[in-house]
Amino acid sequence: MATPTMDKVGTDPSASPASPYITVTFRIRRFNPEVSDEAQWQDFQIEIDPKERVLDALHKIKWDVDGTLTFRRSCAHGICGSDAMRINGKNRLACKTLIKDINPEKPITVEAIKGLTVLKDLVVDMDPFFQAYRDVMPFLITKGNEPTRERLQSAEDRERFDDTTKCILCAACTSSCPVFWNDGQYFGPAAIVNAHRFIFDSRDEGGEQRLEILNDRDGVWRCRTTFNCTDACPRGIEVTKAIQEVKRALITRRF
Amino acid sequence: MSTESSAAIGSVEGVSLYDVDHPAPVIEPPRKRTGKTPKGSRTNFEMYAWLFMRLSGIVLVVLVLGHLLIQLVLDGGVSKIGFAFVAGRWASPFWQVWDLAMLWLAMLHGANGLRTVINDYAERDNTRFWLKMLLYTATVFTVLLGTLVIFTFDPNIR
Ligand code: HEM
Ligand code: SF4
Ligand code: FES
Repeated sequence: MATPTMDKVGTDPSASPASPYITVTFRIRRFNPEVSDEAQWQDFQIEIDPKERVLDALHKIKWDVDGTLTFRRSCAHGICGSDAMRINGKNRLACKTLIKDINPEKPITVEAIKGLTVLKDLVVDMDPFFQAYRDVMPFLITKGNEPTRERLQSAEDRERFDDTTKCILCAACTSSCPVFWNDGQYFGPAAIVNAHRFIFDSRDEGGEQRLEILNDRDGVWRCRTTFNCTDACPRGIEVTKAIQEVKRALITRRF
Repeated sequence: MSTESSAAIGSVEGVSLYDVDHPAPVIEPPRKRTGKTPKGSRTNFEMYAWLFMRLSGIVLVVLVLGHLLIQLVLDGGVSKIGFAFVAGRWASPFWQVWDLAMLWLAMLHGANGLRTVINDYAERDNTRFWLKMLLYTATVFTVLLGTLVIFTFDPNIR
């Protein structure tokens, strides 16, 4: 929850004349299969400092107003990738989105990410997402004997795939992709980003296999360059560029 | 701090159809990936199709825009087009080749584009299959008919 600042400890925040608190409406898409087969928008009005994050607001609602509100979060600091959600129609991490940045004057909509089965409220079934991740073999593949020491790499070789090492598997990109919304067989940007991380790693020798996997029907050629993934990525990864680099590697491999 | 919420979820009065032991069905996304998702075909077809869209697109810019300019803008615009105008142009091998290239490229480009659209939107395997069969039949028919006309065009028929 909110970290109280030193001068506010023990005082009723709304009583102070210089109170930073404002009233914000959160319009949350609720779904509970044990009650109804239909999802519904529900409004919560809470007093909150706009410098806090959407995740703090969700905590406030869950802890003080309605304990049945269901969402995932773990680290609360943009690292674990568990709280990607669609906030005001855009995929973001609730723990990295400041309320003041998304116009708290109007109701702030919060809903589950699209293209995956909603299990309850903001929680989706991530299995198909991780299946695509597994299918690109996101681990080091090497041949021959293990070296007796680390596998060394130059700074330039490390730099080549630096961007795609930053992925936290939050699914914000994949669930913002219109091709994925319509056809879940598409690998999706996150799987391609994580394949890219190994394809362009000088120490890895499984690049050929991964390129072959992504060369297929449901691989990179389904990408339509809409840039939704790049816009959505909370880690600032240039997702569309990574996909394009895989496409280029496939073409230059042929010609 | 004051907090309030409106509109509770679910039916307040009356009996709900669903409870803990009988949850409502969830809405699955179309064609979701599972461990049984078929493995690849190991061909380069998709790559060539992707490249073809871009290369044919570049050529089509010239062919189509030139075509539109000649047909609709220059020399009095659309009103000049008639049997004699077409016969006059197809007397030259240059315009025969131009129109033939435009026919093949636009048809294959458009057909491949529609194949992409079908892959995107058709959910059931059967629907996908039959829509594509319809598309391929129409494409082959149009390309062959057009080619036939360009090569066998007779300016003297009445
Ligand atoms: C004038 C020059 C043209 C250019 C430069 C061009 C270029 C392209 C490109 C690059 C794509 C692929 C888009 C993607 O993969 O995201 C595409 C798709 C498509 N094109 Fe063209 N094209 C042209 C003319 C045409 C013509 C004449 C037709 C109709 C016969 C056509 C029908 C389509 C269709 C149906 C698609 C698929 C749409 C989609 O993927 O959503 N195009 N075009
Ligand atoms: S690429 Fe970015 S948006 Fe996609 S899963 Fe990784 S961190 Fe999330
Ligand atoms: S809670 Fe871990 S990324 Fe937001």
